[in-house]
Amino acid sequence: MTKKRLSFLLMSEAGIGVVLVLLCLVFALYEPNFRKPNNISNIFTQISINTVISVGMTFVILLGGIDLSVGSVLSLCTILAGLVITNGDLGVPLAILLAILASLAGGIACGLFNGWVSERWRIPSFVVTLGMLNIARGSALSISNSRTIFNFPRVFNAVGTESYFGIPLIFLIALAIVLVGHFVLSYTVFGRMIYGIGNNEEAVRLSGHNVKFYKVTAFVICGMAVGLAAILYMLRLNIASPILGVGFELNAIAAVVIGGTSMSGGKGSLIGTLIGAAIMGVLTNGLLLVGLSDFARQIVTGFIIVLAVVLDTYRVKLSHMLE
Amino acid sequence: MTPILELKNISKSYPGVQALSDVSLSLMKGECLALLGENGAGKSTLIKAVCGFHHADSGEMFLDGQPYRPLDPHAAMQAGIRVVYQEFNLLGYLSVAENIFFDNLPRRGPLVDYRRLYREAQAVLDRLGLDLNPRTPVELLGVAQMQLVEIAKAISSRCRVLILDEPTATLSPKDSGRLFEIVRALKADGIGVVFISHHLKEIYEVADRLTVLRNGEVVGHRDVAGTAIPEIVSMMVGRDMDAEYPFRAELQPNQKVIFEARDVRIQGSSTPISFSLREGEILGISGLVGSKRTETLRAIFGADPKDGGEVFIDGNQVDIRSPRDAVACGLSLLTEDRKNQGLILDMPVFANVTMAALDKASRHGLMRRGLETEAADKYIDELGIRTPSDKQLCRNLSGGNQQKVVVAKWLYRDARILFFDEPTRGIDVGAKYEIYLLLWRLLERGKGILVVSSDLNELMGICHRILVFSAGTIAGEVERADFSQERILSYAYREYIK
Repeated sequence: MTKKRLSFLLMSEAGIGVVLVLLCLVFALYEPNFRKPNNISNIFTQISINTVISVGMTFVILLGGIDLSVGSVLSLCTILAGLVITNGDLGVPLAILLAILASLAGGIACGLFNGWVSERWRIPSFVVTLGMLNIARGSALSISNSRTIFNFPRVFNAVGTESYFGIPLIFLIALAIVLVGHFVLSYTVFGRMIYGIGNNEEAVRLSGHNVKFYKVTAFVICGMAVGLAAILYMLRLNIASPILGVGFELNAIAAVVIGGTSMSGGKGSLIGTLIGAAIMGVLTNGLLLVGLSDFARQIVTGFIIVLAVVLDTYRVKLSHMLE
Repeated sequence: MTPILELKNISKSYPGVQALSDVSLSLMKGECLALLGENGAGKSTLIKAVCGFHHADSGEMFLDGQPYRPLDPHAAMQAGIRVVYQEFNLLGYLSVAENIFFDNLPRRGPLVDYRRLYREAQAVLDRLGLDLNPRTPVELLGVAQMQLVEIAKAISSRCRVLILDEPTATLSPKDSGRLFEIVRALKADGIGVVFISHHLKEIYEVADRLTVLRNGEVVGHRDVAGTAIPEIVSMMVGRDMDAEYPFRAELQPNQKVIFEARDVRIQGSSTPISFSLREGEILGISGLVGSKRTETLRAIFGADPKDGGEVFIDGNQVDIRSPRDAVACGLSLLTEDRKNQGLILDMPVFANVTMAALDKASRHGLMRRGLETEAADKYIDELGIRTPSDKQLCRNLSGGNQQKVVVAKWLYRDARILFFDEPTRGIDVGAKYEIYLLLWRLLERGKGILVVSSDLNELMGICHRILVFSAGTIAGEVERADFSQERILSYAYREYIK
């Protein structure tokens, strides 16, 4: 292998992709159940929601921010959508359409709050979104009277279990969202701004750009992604609940970080995030099949997250040496 | 007499680069050696070898006649080699005393013995003749004072060799003078000082001997007395410079005023500032550090809030509230701090070139890589930016080339009025000359240029006219025919001696 190719492998998402493939191979070799088509289809389903949330999270982290509120906001979005969709006065198609819009609107509103407050008063997004974590959770509980909503229209349920050649529809939707996000980050002026601001906000501002606008928009995009993830959640599990989504923010952050995005911003990609979410999913699924207890799984997953970031520091060093 | 520090045949190579080859030099006790050379000549690599950041491939070092081979920076410090870097390593929230003794806080059991700390810090400050309260948090100090705290920190414990890397880059002439006094005092104490500076004149103030490096080799050693600047410069660049500053007398400004500031007040100041800039003019802004030159430019540019004032472009009043408005008016600000404010170091050259004019490099919100490469290649060629390709990260370019990328960014934006804040700070002599030539090429295109610089000779060399700031007001304006150091300095000090 030439040095150049090796360097490419290390610097691009390919490196983390190799880890994913190895992980799958190991599980497939040692655990026959892992490689059953049914299980593979399961993994796809399981990672869809985290993938979509992670797309939004990637935008925010690329700017050097963080969004801790995604889990609660997701819950709030399901409640908003759930209330609309179970409203008997609306026709089914209209109810579904309005439910989707309600979920998106809820996500966007929370994202706008996160972004605007942290930019307007220059508060670290860590703090603002920590506040939103509670605000959204409380709102979800009070709007729903802390009840779980179910009995969604049958059509709606059907979509959630649809699959093509063993690949579930909701994963295909998640994949489409990743690709759209990747396109935005890689090829648009907006994407260039995200990377620029993440690397050096002041330089971008002095180049005559409205940095605040882009930063707030990134949070809105994150909220929107959460709104979409809420719909996928409802498609998959057919419930809307004010207590779901606890800890989702951590899974999303883990996927983004494993995918090679720098927590200080400016470096990373959505392809990496997709692979990161897949690694998380494969680990959870594989370790369960191997027979590890819930606790042991958490421990292993925790180490893997740390290991991924440690390896990442070596990856960058190594590729610099090869240059 | 044995030298306190002696290097013999030090060589060091990195993949593809011979950073140092066969470098030998010696430093006597109580002597100040100036280490000179353009950026990339090997000064930093040499310093890093001496203070244990990395190991030379071959060669020997002797400290006080004993073989010296530091394993790491800590070992070098223990041996009494102390470095004050260009970038400060101070902890802003901690006090002066805590910073001075941070590596070696006096303790009482597990606790810090604050009484002893402040007493000992006071002793160090007294030794340097510094009028600082050891309890002041460092973040409240000015740049010059921070520099002095760094030096205090360096000499607070055993110090045999003190290495000063560009210590005056951020200092005003007055503060530099103070620093030189301290260096002379340290010399008298028997400390060997290695002094690195781009300001060749300063060498005559403090240094006894000088060593010039070029491309990792020693060009020569000289006694400072009896060596003239042109000789040093030609040793550094390896060619005779025709003139230090290229002034093209045939290019004279139009009468047309393209930019005018009227009664601009920076935030928290009651002094209004007014000046104007003509097409094809290089207007210099001189003044001591702290005379609010940079602040004024930033306020006009909308980078910082201002308390009032009007700005006119081509005679039309414009309302500038943010850099965005300023850029839309054809203004550009090339900040002193290229790395933190001008460039995105971890992005490639092409992305930096197009950063201020993304609309020109995109269609319908989509970046066009083709347009970007075209733009980048054009300026790489035109400005002579030395880079392997437009995909190179700006981090990997030299200071002079980085500055050219910033200029390219504003040329691509078609900015007509360029505010340069310390355009040649930290840039080596050869690259400085290229920047000056570049300014003149900009004039040919009818731009108006404003240059803030702490280097008075530089301003007198390249400007048509100089405004002198003193404590936040314009103390005087001097036309080229009347340029003289005395005159400009007397304006610069006017408000301070009132």
